[in-house]
Amino acid sequence: MISELGHFALMLALGLALVQAGAPLIGYRRRQPRWLATAVSAAQAQFLAVVVAYACLTYAFVTCDFSVAYVAANDHTQLPLAYRISAVWGAHEGSLLLWVTVLAIWTLAVSLFNRRLPREIGALVLGVLGLISIGFLLFMLLTSDPFVRAYPVPAEGHGLNPVLQDPGLAMHPPMLYMGYVGFSVAFAFAIAALISGRLDTAWARWTRPWTTAAWMFLTLGITLGSWWAYNELGWGGWWFWDPVENASFMPWLAGTALVHSLAVTEKRGLLKSWTVLLAILTFSLSLLGTFLVRSGVLVSVHAFAEDPSRGLFVLCFLGVVVGTALLLFAWRAPKLVTEGEVRLVSREGLLLLNNAFLAACAGAVLLGTLYPLVIDALQLGKISVGPPYFNAVFAPLFVPLIVLVGFAAVLGWKRGRLRESLRRLRWPAAVAVLIAALLPLALVHRNTLAVAAGCLLGAWALATALAEIVRRLRGREWLPALAATSRSIWGMTAAHAGLGLWAIGVALALGFSAERDLRLAPGAMVNVAGYQFAFQGTEQVQGPNYSAQRGSVLVSYNGETIAQLHPEKRNYPAAGQVMTESAVSWNLARDLYVSLGSGYDDGSWSLRLYVKPGVRLIWLGGVLMFCGGLLAISDRRYRLAMRATAAVADEAVAA
Amino acid sequence: MTRRQRRTAAVVVLVAGVAAATALAVTAFRKNMMYFYTPSDLAARDVPVSAVMDLGGLVEPGTLKHGTGLAIRFMMTDCHHQMPVAYDGVLPDLFREGQGVVATGHLNADGTFVASRILAKHDSSYMPPNVARQVKAAELQGRKDCAAFKTLGDKAMTAARDAP
Repeated sequence: MISELGHFALMLALGLALVQAGAPLIGYRRRQPRWLATAVSAAQAQFLAVVVAYACLTYAFVTCDFSVAYVAANDHTQLPLAYRISAVWGAHEGSLLLWVTVLAIWTLAVSLFNRRLPREIGALVLGVLGLISIGFLLFMLLTSDPFVRAYPVPAEGHGLNPVLQDPGLAMHPPMLYMGYVGFSVAFAFAIAALISGRLDTAWARWTRPWTTAAWMFLTLGITLGSWWAYNELGWGGWWFWDPVENASFMPWLAGTALVHSLAVTEKRGLLKSWTVLLAILTFSLSLLGTFLVRSGVLVSVHAFAEDPSRGLFVLCFLGVVVGTALLLFAWRAPKLVTEGEVRLVSREGLLLLNNAFLAACAGAVLLGTLYPLVIDALQLGKISVGPPYFNAVFAPLFVPLIVLVGFAAVLGWKRGRLRESLRRLRWPAAVAVLIAALLPLALVHRNTLAVAAGCLLGAWALATALAEIVRRLRGREWLPALAATSRSIWGMTAAHAGLGLWAIGVALALGFSAERDLRLAPGAMVNVAGYQFAFQGTEQVQGPNYSAQRGSVLVSYNGETIAQLHPEKRNYPAAGQVMTESAVSWNLARDLYVSLGSGYDDGSWSLRLYVKPGVRLIWLGGVLMFCGGLLAISDRRYRLAMRATAAVADEAVAA
Repeated sequence: MTRRQRRTAAVVVLVAGVAAATALAVTAFRKNMMYFYTPSDLAARDVPVSAVMDLGGLVEPGTLKHGTGLAIRFMMTDCHHQMPVAYDGVLPDLFREGQGVVATGHLNADGTFVASRILAKHDSSYMPPNVARQVKAAELQGRKDCAAFKTLGDKAMTAARDAP
C-alpha cells in the first residue's frame, strides 16, 4: 500500500514537473504573468510529491517491507536503524530518488528565495529546473522504479553492501548530490540569461550565491568520500584517481572556475559569455559524472547499475541537455557580449589565469577518464590510465594556481600595482619560507626538498590569507574591524587558507608516509618510522549483523604507549561478504593506521601498518573550504542586492 | 604597444600555453597508459619484459602456494592459457581460489608475472569482462576443462545482467 502511494507520488511529481517546465516557457512567449506565476506553485507542489515518494521508500526500509524488490535487495532485519535509513540510497534506484529529491529541494529553495527576482527570470529558472526534473523522473519511472513489488515475498532481505555501512558513507552521497544537483541552478540561470537576453552584473549577483552553495556541498561531499575510502577500503589511501572519483572531481574543478569567473562578471561585467559557458559545462560534467557512475561502463564499487538501457537513457539525456544548451549558447551568446579589456596585472587578470589553469586541469582529468572508455568502445583493447598520469599532469598545473592564490587579496580590480602588491607580500612570503623549513622538522623530525617545496606552497596560501586578516585589524579596534569585514572576504580567506592546509597535508602525506605490509605472529613487534607496533593477537567478537576477528595492536613511541588499536576483519553472513575495518589513531600531526589482511593457520596475520603524517590536514582543508563557502553565501550584500533589484523591477512593472 | 599588438601577444601566449599543456598531457599519457591483458593475450603476443600492465583472470584452484612472510605464488588462468603470478603483500578480502582478480605488475625474464598490486572486486561473483568472454568461448568450443569456472562464469554473467 505504502509503496503504491510512493509510486503514485512519483507520477504526480512528473505531472507537476511538466507544468513547472511548460507554463513559464509558454508564459514567457505570450507575456502572460499568470502563466509565469504558475511555475512557483508547481515547483512547490512537485517538491511535496517527491518528498512523499521519498518518505514512502524510507518507511519501507525502516519497516523491512520485503515485498518491495529494491528493499529486499538492500535491507535486512538485523541492519541497525541508521543504516536502514541510509540504505535508501545504497543502490541505483534509491540513489536516483535521492537525486530527484535533492533537485526538488534546490527547486524549492529557488522558488522561496527568488521571489524578489524579476518575475520572468525567476519563472524561467524554475522552468529549466522542471525540464531537468522531467528527465530524471522519466528515467526513474521507465528504467529504474524503486517501488516495484517482488513476488514471492522473500523472508529475509539481501542486506546492505557492508562497504556502505559506515557513517562517512551515510553522509557522502547526500552531500555529493547537493553539490552535483546544485550546479543545475547555475545552469538554469545561464539558460534563463540566454533566453531572456538579460546577462549583466545583476545576473551574476543572483547566480553567485547558488553556485557557491553547490560548490561548498560538492567540496564537503568529496572530502567525506575521501575520508570514507581511507577508513573503509582498507588501503589507507585518500585519493586513488579512480574514474568514479574523477567523475566528482571534474565538476568540482569546473565549478571552482565558475565561482571565480562569476566574481569577475559581477564586479567588472566582463567574461560574460565564458561564465555562461562554464555554467553549462559544469552541469554537463555533473551529468557526465552521473552517467559514468550509473551506467556501469566503469567497474567499481560505485557502479551498481549494469543495465545497458539505463546507461543509454542517461547518455541520451546528457546529449539532449548539453546539445540544446550549447546550441542555445552558440545562437544567443554572441549578441549579448560587450567588449572590455582585461589587464593581466589586475584582479580580473588573475582570475582569468585561475580559470585557464582550472579548465586545463578539468580537461586533463576528462582525457584520462574518458580515453580508456573510448578505446574500449572502439574495441581497440582495454587500457587504464593510472595515478602516475594524473599526478604528472596535475602537479605542474596546480602549482601556479596556488602561487596565484597568494595575490588574490592584494591585487586590485582594473589596474593592479605589481610593485606595491609584491611589497605587501614580503612578510607572508618570509613566514611561508619559515614554515616550510620548520614544520616538517617539528612534525616528523626531518625534511626533504620536495616536501619543503610542497609545504612552501601551502604555507604561502595560508600566510597570505592570514596576512589579509592582520592587515584589516592593524591599528584598529579588533571587534569593530572584524565585524566591518564583509563575509565574502572572510569566505574567500577561509577557502584559500583551506587550500593551503590541503597542500601542506598532501606534501607531508606524500613525502613522509611510511607503509609496511607484513606477516606477524601474536607477540611480534615491528618498528615503522620510529613507532613500535606490537601485535597481540586476535579474538572473536560479535556485532549486530556481523561476526569479526578483532586484532589488538599496541603502539608505542620512545618506550611510551600511545595507542591501542583494534582493527577488525568482519564477516557479514547476510551478504556473504568479508570486510576490513581499519583502526586509526590520529592527531593533526600524524595518523597511525592498522588494518588486518588475512589470517594463517599458525595464528599469524598479515597486517598493514602505516604511519601517515599530515593526512588530517587534507580533510581539514576541505572542511575549511566548505566553511569559506558558507561564509560567502551569508554575505549581507546578496540579500540587500536582491531587494534593490526587485524594487527596481517592480517600479519598471508599475511604470 | 598598441591595442592590436597587445591582443596578438595575448593570443600568442594563449596558443603557447595550450600547446605546452597538451604536450605535457600527451607525454604523461603515453608514459602511463596501462594495457589490460588476459593470460591468452600474453601467450599470443610478445610483451616486453618489465612493461607495466594489468593482468586479469581467475585464480586457478589448487595452485595457491604460500612462501615465507607474505609471498605467494599462484596460476592465473582464463581457461585457455595460464600464467604464473608472484606477489608479496597483503591480499584483498575477496582473494581466494576460483576468484576473478586483476593484478598490476610486469613480466620478468623467466616468464613469471610479478604483481605489485592485486585487486579483487567487492562483488564476490566479479569476473573481469574479458575473462568472462574467454570462459564463454571455451564452453562454446565444447571444452570440459573449464567446468570449474563455468558456474562462476554463469553467475558473473547473470549478476552482471541482474545487478540491482
